[in-house]
Amino acid sequence: MPGAIYAEGLVKTFGDVRALDGVDLDVPEGTVLGLLGPNGAGKTTTVRVLTTLLQPDSGRAVVAGTDVLKHPEKVRRSIGLSGQFAAVDEYLTGRENLQMVGQLYQMKAKAAKVRADELLERFRLADAADRTAKTYSGGMRRRLDLAAALVVSPPVMFMDEPTTGLDPRNRQALWEVIKELVAGGTTLLLTTQYLEEADHLAHDICVVDQGKVIARGTSDQLKAQTGGERVEVVVHEPEMIAGARAVLGRYGIADRGQDEVSVEDHTRMLTVPVSGGAKLLAEVIRDLDAVGVEIDDIGLRRPTLDDVFISLTGHAAALTEEENGGSRAEDGRGRRQTKEEAK
Amino acid sequence: MSTMNDSLVIARRNLIRMTRIPEMILFGLIQPVMFVILFTYVFGGSMSIGGSTDPDVYKNFLMAGIFAQTVTFATAGAGAGIADDMHKGLIDRFRSLPMARGAVLTGRTLADLVQTALTLLVLAIVALIIGWRPGYAEPTNFGRVMAGFGLLLLLGYAFTWIGALIGLSVRTPEAATSGGLIWLFPVTFISNAFVDSSQMPSWLQPIAEWNPFSATVQACRTLFGDPGVSPSDAWPMQYPVWASLIYSILIVALFRTLSVRKYRRADG
Repeated sequence: MPGAIYAEGLVKTFGDVRALDGVDLDVPEGTVLGLLGPNGAGKTTTVRVLTTLLQPDSGRAVVAGTDVLKHPEKVRRSIGLSGQFAAVDEYLTGRENLQMVGQLYQMKAKAAKVRADELLERFRLADAADRTAKTYSGGMRRRLDLAAALVVSPPVMFMDEPTTGLDPRNRQALWEVIKELVAGGTTLLLTTQYLEEADHLAHDICVVDQGKVIARGTSDQLKAQTGGERVEVVVHEPEMIAGARAVLGRYGIADRGQDEVSVEDHTRMLTVPVSGGAKLLAEVIRDLDAVGVEIDDIGLRRPTLDDVFISLTGHAAALTEEENGGSRAEDGRGRRQTKEEAK
Repeated sequence: MSTMNDSLVIARRNLIRMTRIPEMILFGLIQPVMFVILFTYVFGGSMSIGGSTDPDVYKNFLMAGIFAQTVTFATAGAGAGIADDMHKGLIDRFRSLPMARGAVLTGRTLADLVQTALTLLVLAIVALIIGWRPGYAEPTNFGRVMAGFGLLLLLGYAFTWIGALIGLSVRTPEAATSGGLIWLFPVTFISNAFVDSSQMPSWLQPIAEWNPFSATVQACRTLFGDPGVSPSDAWPMQYPVWASLIYSILIVALFRTLSVRKYRRADG
């Protein structure tokens, strides 16, 4: 029994470019699949095929139990699409946009109106309901776009880079909405360049690169492929590096034939592969304290999906400014968490 | 799934958009009014219609031509609007919805029809103010005048489908605007709209007389009782009302089919 979203051997070429090179997917009902990859990996093309917008050259796809190529019109009744470019009419008000979409989903005018009001309330757009979408901020437009995709509460949702270009606060807010949706039983396929986002929202992750799925599994499975955890310590004074190094050396384990403590002098940061988790971190802190090493920062670092991506493809997931910002934010958050665990 | 319902929803959307960009409506009105005034007062004194050089005759002859040219200019607006839609994310939303395939285009052409009707109304009032008198040459009545405007609207509607195909074929709305306009100049000038086609070179005359656009102009002159109805033997000039109807319906049938097919295949 195939899942709510199922694809087999999807191929699509544009001229010389093989945008999809045999993509297989299977998303069980009620789960979230994160399609993770850099720009041009084939994420959007996959979504366009599955949402009936694009005919593949070959392959088969079934969405909500219906063959996408044979009965696209039937598939359209069961799906919602939210894209990376907010697909709303900017000269229409928020309310008019949602009403129009409702009517095009074949709702009666009155029912579409009631539903529009519900959604405006739920997405915190009620105050702006009668302003044209042109006047909305980026976050508001994205919420309106998502509301439009949810007009009929479709059982299967596609979100193509839903948070690209959003500031962290709006991204967080959108994540909450997505989690609510999934808790309500919606099957979701989500594409993202943000490794953190896939980690946070998706049950399963497919890493795509150059039109192919190059790895799949849960976030933990993918991380396990990349190797274990590390302790990172930033000492207060450069003179303390030697002392810290001696302590950390006792905890190091062989990691791919390397049990050396690595040191970055200019940042006063020492890194060592370990096993033992948070409990071990507490011991390390006690030992460092015993030899008089003052620490500015210490953390247990688990491999991020960024590390996964680099180890799979040999290049980073994305080189955009936004992505760099995103990764930095993630590191900061990760460290805070591990400190709490250590206590 | 109902084509008519979906088309009306989209038409409503386009009409709301038009009211939110009122300067577009305004420019659409200024242009034909300017043409009426320019042609009447600049050319009016030197034109000979059916042997008469009376400016009043030319004025009454001219109006059907200006009306017809005005309705065909809606082509550019429809083309630009559709080209604009096709290059925005909104078209992906429409294409992923369980709506009738042709509705995005039909809705747009219906909205343009409403705008054309509004423009024609204003233009007719201006024409009456500066001295157009239906029944100037032959007796007519209200019903015949309205039938003439009906044929004009049908011609305008047919031409917006040509605009739709142009809009779907170009890369930018700007290209659709110019692509929608340039070919209209030969079509509307190699016709009986502004001059007596019997005075054209003999090789050009049949082109003008068989031009679908001329059929509607001739039909309007006949129905309005305007002067300068062409006495030509060409079939569209002899039976202009039928010719106008047939031409317009054929244009809609052909260009609607081509446009909807192109829309369905568009990969965005």
